[in-house]
Amino acid sequence: MSETVIKCESVYKIFGENAKKMLEESNGNVDAKTFQERGCIVGVNNASFEVAKGEMLVVMGLSGSGKSTLLRCISRLTDATGGKIFIEGQDLLELNNKELIELRRNKMGMVFQSFALLPHKTVVENIAFPLQIKGTNTEESISRAMEMVKLVGLDGRENYFPRELSGGQQQRVGIARSLAVEPDIWFLDEPFSALDPLIRKEMQDEFLRLQEKLQKTIMFITHDFDEALKLADRIAIMKDGIIEQLDTPANIVLNPATEYVRKFTEEVPREKVLIIEDVMDASSTDNLGDLKVSKDEIIENVAEKILTQEKLVGVVDSNNNIVGSIKPSKIIDTVFGARKNGS
Amino acid sequence: MEYLKKYPKLFQWLFLLIVFFALCFAIDVPETYKFIRGQAEFVKDPNQSVYFFLGKEVRYYAFDVFWRLPPLLGWLPIWINDSLFFLMNEWMPMEFWNEDTQEFKTRPLLLEISRNLTSFMTFLIELIREILLGGLETIVAFTSWDFIDAYPWLELPGLPWTIVAAGAAILSYKLSGKGLALFAGLTMIYISIFGQWKPSMQTLSFILVAAPLSFIFGLGLGIAAYKSKRVEKALYPILLVMQTMPQYAVLVPALVLFGVGDHAAVIITMVVAVPPMILLTILGLRAIPPEVIEAGRMSGCTNWQLMFKVLIPTARRDILIGVNQVIMVCFSMAVISAFIGAKGLGFNLLLALNQLNIGLALEAGLCISLIAILLDKMSLAWANKQTDYFGNLTFFQRNKNVIFFAVSFVIGIIFAYVGTFIFKGSFNYLFEIPHNKGISTADFWNRGVDWIFDTFFVYIKAFNTWLIQDVLQPMRALYLRMPAVATLVLAVGAGYLIGGIRSALVVAALTLFIALSPWWDRALVTLYMATFGVVISCLIGFTVGTLCFQNKKSAAFMLGVCDIFQTFPSFVYLIPVMMLFGITDTSVLIAVIVYATIPATRYTIEGLRSVPVGLHEAATMSGVNKFQRLTKIEFPLAFPHMMLGLNQTIVFALFMVIIGAFIGTEDLGQYILKALSDKNGAGIGLTLGICVAFIGLIFDNLIRTWVGKRKKHLGID
Repeated sequence: MSETVIKCESVYKIFGENAKKMLEESNGNVDAKTFQERGCIVGVNNASFEVAKGEMLVVMGLSGSGKSTLLRCISRLTDATGGKIFIEGQDLLELNNKELIELRRNKMGMVFQSFALLPHKTVVENIAFPLQIKGTNTEESISRAMEMVKLVGLDGRENYFPRELSGGQQQRVGIARSLAVEPDIWFLDEPFSALDPLIRKEMQDEFLRLQEKLQKTIMFITHDFDEALKLADRIAIMKDGIIEQLDTPANIVLNPATEYVRKFTEEVPREKVLIIEDVMDASSTDNLGDLKVSKDEIIENVAEKILTQEKLVGVVDSNNNIVGSIKPSKIIDTVFGARKNGS
Repeated sequence: MEYLKKYPKLFQWLFLLIVFFALCFAIDVPETYKFIRGQAEFVKDPNQSVYFFLGKEVRYYAFDVFWRLPPLLGWLPIWINDSLFFLMNEWMPMEFWNEDTQEFKTRPLLLEISRNLTSFMTFLIELIREILLGGLETIVAFTSWDFIDAYPWLELPGLPWTIVAAGAAILSYKLSGKGLALFAGLTMIYISIFGQWKPSMQTLSFILVAAPLSFIFGLGLGIAAYKSKRVEKALYPILLVMQTMPQYAVLVPALVLFGVGDHAAVIITMVVAVPPMILLTILGLRAIPPEVIEAGRMSGCTNWQLMFKVLIPTARRDILIGVNQVIMVCFSMAVISAFIGAKGLGFNLLLALNQLNIGLALEAGLCISLIAILLDKMSLAWANKQTDYFGNLTFFQRNKNVIFFAVSFVIGIIFAYVGTFIFKGSFNYLFEIPHNKGISTADFWNRGVDWIFDTFFVYIKAFNTWLIQDVLQPMRALYLRMPAVATLVLAVGAGYLIGGIRSALVVAALTLFIALSPWWDRALVTLYMATFGVVISCLIGFTVGTLCFQNKKSAAFMLGVCDIFQTFPSFVYLIPVMMLFGITDTSVLIAVIVYATIPATRYTIEGLRSVPVGLHEAATMSGVNKFQRLTKIEFPLAFPHMMLGLNQTIVFALFMVIIGAFIGTEDLGQYILKALSDKNGAGIGLTLGICVAFIGLIFDNLIRTWVGKRKKHLGID
């Protein structure tokens, strides 16, 4: 793992009067029910995690699970009630207003569920907005914004107003705006939730393409488990403010930590999530057949080939060294077996 | 017993009514009681009782406390008056440099502030007035009379009316399009050829000063209230009272503080026009989606940038609706301010009404109404206009409106110049048509009024007599027959049944204030007139609204009519009723009914319209007929909104009843009118205004509380 960009240590966010006092009294043992009886609502409950540079952490949870609150604590749109948050080693909660503005102007970008575009500005003006706020002169900011317009594929519509665009197009503007200042950290708060399923899929692919090019450190919020699986390097599943499990998609599907997480994983088609490495047998590398597959291959893509084999199939890494093997029957087990257990 | 359990509320109300009537019958009218026509505190009468409070002598006619409470607050107007006098004339004397006499002079601070403010306002008004009409006050303000004598050509010539008309049309075209431009042009031409140009421009210059200032203050205070809960809490009661306070009543203290004239009127107009601006600013800023604010903050906005680059542009529409409100309030104040000597259309109207020259009044009134509609439509068009992209347009396209105006400016000047040759020796009609040289239809209208009187006199008289003798007098007597204690019990009981202890306390405090003021009887008369107006208005409004709602087109049409009628300053309504019914209570009540029917109709249609489409469909699929749908679904759901309409109807009716004092009524308004011409009237005027405002607020509180509960119960918001 490379360097840590975002680091949270026991972050709490509790809404209500006296929240701070009650948190101190509780010694870190926050029980949502007792807090609620005393007029406080627990948004985030003891969240600790790190996000490495270039990593995409997807926070998944249903509405009211505190995922958006967590994101707002880390972007300091709300102040966390307790705990520490570090951005590139800087203590976020210690920053004064001026330093915070500097941080946001240079390091952070954010995309919103409802797009949050300024209705009185055109596409290109909206994208140039963070630059102009920063003090970049008009010409430079507009030419930079035009690059972003091209990047998100909106050329030709740069002089439209948000009201003249479809939802998907508006979100492209939102994405372009959040990237205009070339931030290192990219927050996305349910960016595709308000879009139609077809547009959503298209935008997800587009997003993956962008991320491959840009390699930002990302926190991505979603309530859609499939979306999380598709995009994430690691997934944090939240419920009632608590992070139930934080792991790679494969591990979450294979070893759900709690009953709640398991419910999500039940319906997930494993062959679409797991890669060969997750199911291979690393101990036996003898008696291999002719077919070799890469360990990073998603099962679905190679299942047909493997299933036609009778012998063990070799698994190779990117340097073509054999690292393990896989039995054809293992594929069948993975695809059908787990579902049987689940239901 | 079963009924009691089934309808507990009904029985509580019945019980309250029984207590009320029992009190009414138990407490007899004292033999000495009569309706006091004079102002008790100024008439010395051996029958009066006297008490002293804070050094003020308060005289009043004492009755049984159950019948009428003693005016324990009688010292308040006197005290307000003395305090104002003290503040203005004695408080904090300081040395001020006097330009004219070139020496220091000792003057009270507030007086000096008031003088400076006054002269500043006068300067602003004169400046704009002279741009529109010509004159030399502005030049004199910077130089001296000797200077202007030496250089007489420096006198501002004023704009020819053709240029102003063209300007109005071009601006309307830019804001809305051809239709409004045509309307603006025709209005301006009408004003000009009917000889109303000068007063119209005087009124316009008044608005051009008052509206921007009110906008700035309103926006500033609105932002402050949005940012700080404390400011909002401090402003809230003032906003509430100002909403129900008759505009008339605030004129009186202005008289004391700033004297007579346009400047005083502008300052007091701001006091009235700022509250709606504050409310709409807060409303607009609150309505911004939180994500837009977050987006602004994540872009690294400072607080300043966030406010002016994100929040205000996003709330643009609501803020501009506020501007629309400000302009309309300014306009109606411009008319009413005639009472404290503001020049312009209102002054002409007042003069004409005083002379009973209905024809002249009608012309001025029409002029006022046309300008009101024009201003309303223009500012609304501005609010609803969305910004367009213009980067790809040519220079001509981008600036065509400016160019058109420049061209019409030149043409107008050429016209005016040519005019000097055509109309040699007489008036230059292409420059400005003087007041008495325009076309006047006054005679025609006056003859028309005479004709109506001659022809229908018998019927109108009969109607009048019937209404006054058989309806109004008995009703008034009934209201005055209520013992104060019974009224209090009824009001507080209603407050308790509707909103619990909290509402009961609020209502009790408001009612007690009126009961303890020296004008309880007057308030009852005001209330009776307002009640009469409101009942009839609601009957008409709910019926018309329901009928119009049956058809989409007629509903839209009716709402449009309401819009137009609502823009007219309330004063204008007095003209036609005086034309038909002369100077009687009937006139006032008919004006009240016409004016108050507007909100009743509008809210009925809006309420019925807001019933969700899904419910309509569900109802249709359950096989209801039109009548069932109306009674079972639409009315119950629209009722809360219609009750808000009732609330507005009450406020409108109160306003009109008070203004009706101009025709001659015996309510609170009569005393407000009297206070206007009394140098000790400030305290009385203000207290009376508060009394009227409180009558409005009692109903406002009850209705809003009820509507809030009902809406919660129905699950609509």
